[in-house]
Amino acid sequence: MYAAISAARQGVSVLLLDKSLVGRGGATIMAQMTVAAALGQEEPDDCATHLRDTLEAGRELCNEELAELLCYDGPARILEMEGWGTRWARAGDRIRQEIAPGHSRKRCCYVDFLNTGPAVAATLRRKVSEVAAIRRLSNIAVVDLIIEDGRAVGAIGLSLAEGELVTCHAKAIILAAGGLTKLYERNSASSNMGGEAYALALWAGAELIDMEFVQFFPIGHLAPRLVGMDPIMWDPFRYKLGGKLLNGSFAEFVDRYGAVDFGKYTVTRDIAAYAILKEVEAGRGTPHGGAYLDFRHVPEAQLRAAFGPVIDRLLSNGINLTKTPVEVGPTAHYQMGGIRVNTRMETCIKGLYAAGEAVGGANGANRLSGNAITEAFVFGARAGACAGAEAKTLSRNRDDKLAAVALDRIQSMPPRGSKRETAPVILQAELQKLMWEKAGPFRTGEKLSEALRRIRDMREQELTDLKIASDRAFNLDLQDWFELRAMLTTAEAVVTSALARTESRGAHQREDYPNLDPLHLKNQVLKLEEGALKSTWIDPVRRAAGLAENG
Amino acid sequence: MVEGSINKAVLRVRRGGPADTPRFEDFEVPFEDGMSVLDALRWIRIHRDSSLAIRYSCINANACKTCMALVDGQVEYTCIAKLLPGIVTVEPLPKRRLIRDLVTDVVPDEEKALLARQQPD
Repeated sequence: MYAAISAARQGVSVLLLDKSLVGRGGATIMAQMTVAAALGQEEPDDCATHLRDTLEAGRELCNEELAELLCYDGPARILEMEGWGTRWARAGDRIRQEIAPGHSRKRCCYVDFLNTGPAVAATLRRKVSEVAAIRRLSNIAVVDLIIEDGRAVGAIGLSLAEGELVTCHAKAIILAAGGLTKLYERNSASSNMGGEAYALALWAGAELIDMEFVQFFPIGHLAPRLVGMDPIMWDPFRYKLGGKLLNGSFAEFVDRYGAVDFGKYTVTRDIAAYAILKEVEAGRGTPHGGAYLDFRHVPEAQLRAAFGPVIDRLLSNGINLTKTPVEVGPTAHYQMGGIRVNTRMETCIKGLYAAGEAVGGANGANRLSGNAITEAFVFGARAGACAGAEAKTLSRNRDDKLAAVALDRIQSMPPRGSKRETAPVILQAELQKLMWEKAGPFRTGEKLSEALRRIRDMREQELTDLKIASDRAFNLDLQDWFELRAMLTTAEAVVTSALARTESRGAHQREDYPNLDPLHLKNQVLKLEEGALKSTWIDPVRRAAGLAENG
Repeated sequence: MVEGSINKAVLRVRRGGPADTPRFEDFEVPFEDGMSVLDALRWIRIHRDSSLAIRYSCINANACKTCMALVDGQVEYTCIAKLLPGIVTVEPLPKRRLIRDLVTDVVPDEEKALLARQQPD
């Protein structure tokens, strides 16, 4: 949505397609947490310090130019959002900012109570609806891009309500379809995070970078079943109230894995995930395979002061924090890797841009809490401005014949008349389980190879032989099928990259290669060549000397 | 902590499109305490009948506000409506145009695809 607003400012007309209802899907709407930007309103802070923290968390693999853009443009975007109506929590005339793990300053803004994502999504929805040059279309899942002479010129989408394919022509295209957390059985995603942006980019001939770096959020909610809340909501609780991580025998354990925690919550995400799963592996986990998060030492008055109505929502779920700890554990949360772009958010395919989580590289091997929504704003604004500016320079470029060819190809794709009883959603569930077990937070060459074999079987043998209902209107089998097609390509990209990186760094942990390997201080680039994924290694992009100091 | 016990609910779901005579289908769904009606509908799609049309996005955060239906006659967000043992009737919203099964037309007019469709032939 930010990209659409920014592109429209260039004086071009924008078509905004959303698989869900516009601005109601994806990851932002789920984010009940915080947004990091060096506003310096709680204590002195500057963009260079934010950048330093981001690069440090990224384990030396950040694309420093993208990280710099994220940190230096963040404050302006936060204030712009406030101008558009986002009510950041304030104390008098200053925006409140909290400390979060890995940040060296109080830097993370939020909207009370645990309402950051829905609030910023509402702001952007309203803003988008006010811009006449933006036409919004809901329930269109883009299933392929139209490429002509190395330039992106259009897209084909499935219109769910009618069960029909539609073609769209464009002078420039921005992929902003978010991450891939739906590939995993345990995830904190909404229903439309199947990694389609990455698959679309690969099929179009663009490159992906560092797909092995999937961030597993260490304390996703496991049990008891909690509805009406974001499964990763425990993070802000820990910022404000501490909260102790305990193993299945109610003992603290994080300190045994080389980090200090003790209720202060300063341990980084990768170490916390590692510590919890190692405890589970050693037989010291909780009944649902995680750790306990315990707030019983925090007085109820303090709980209510910090989270007011949320405490009641928890009580309605049967959760009384003063009496019972909850079960938490690692859950797939964010993809650091993604589509390879330059600082104009351009891919190597002309006219094809990316924004938000779909972009790879800014966060290296591990993302700081709070950087995701900042990046959605900053990269969206940047991609929109650059794509809009480029589109203005192009004359009308529309080839109906080309679109018809692409449409024919897609139309013949979903299988018809299969005798099998397996629907796409069933194979999706199997893929999610496979990815969790074989390509999850802790990986081995053997498990990854098994995953790769199974994914290829699914793609080559089973994808073309699935049961699809014959209904036209709102046929979820059909949408699931296209989603599964993209999920399999993206899953193969993750597993291929994870196999090739024979070291442990940040979010990528190989039990058969437990150490950092200086030879792997490189980014991994993936590309489709004659239908096969090919991996190459490049040196990380370092920013020009002195830029940060001058910024 | 006591683990949630496994209960059973019967979801009585209204099926069909605008031109069909509405019919109800029963699905027996096992559930743990705390599970939602949407959890049960998603379970049905994987384990019983994937052709069931439902609309949802955020799954359980009650953030996307798109999963509304009539649950036992009341308008509810199915993602936060708790399952209870026994029969639970689920129907599409009555005041919206029916698309199919539990899905009704909640898309704002200006966001509809039909208006922008380019016929391929």
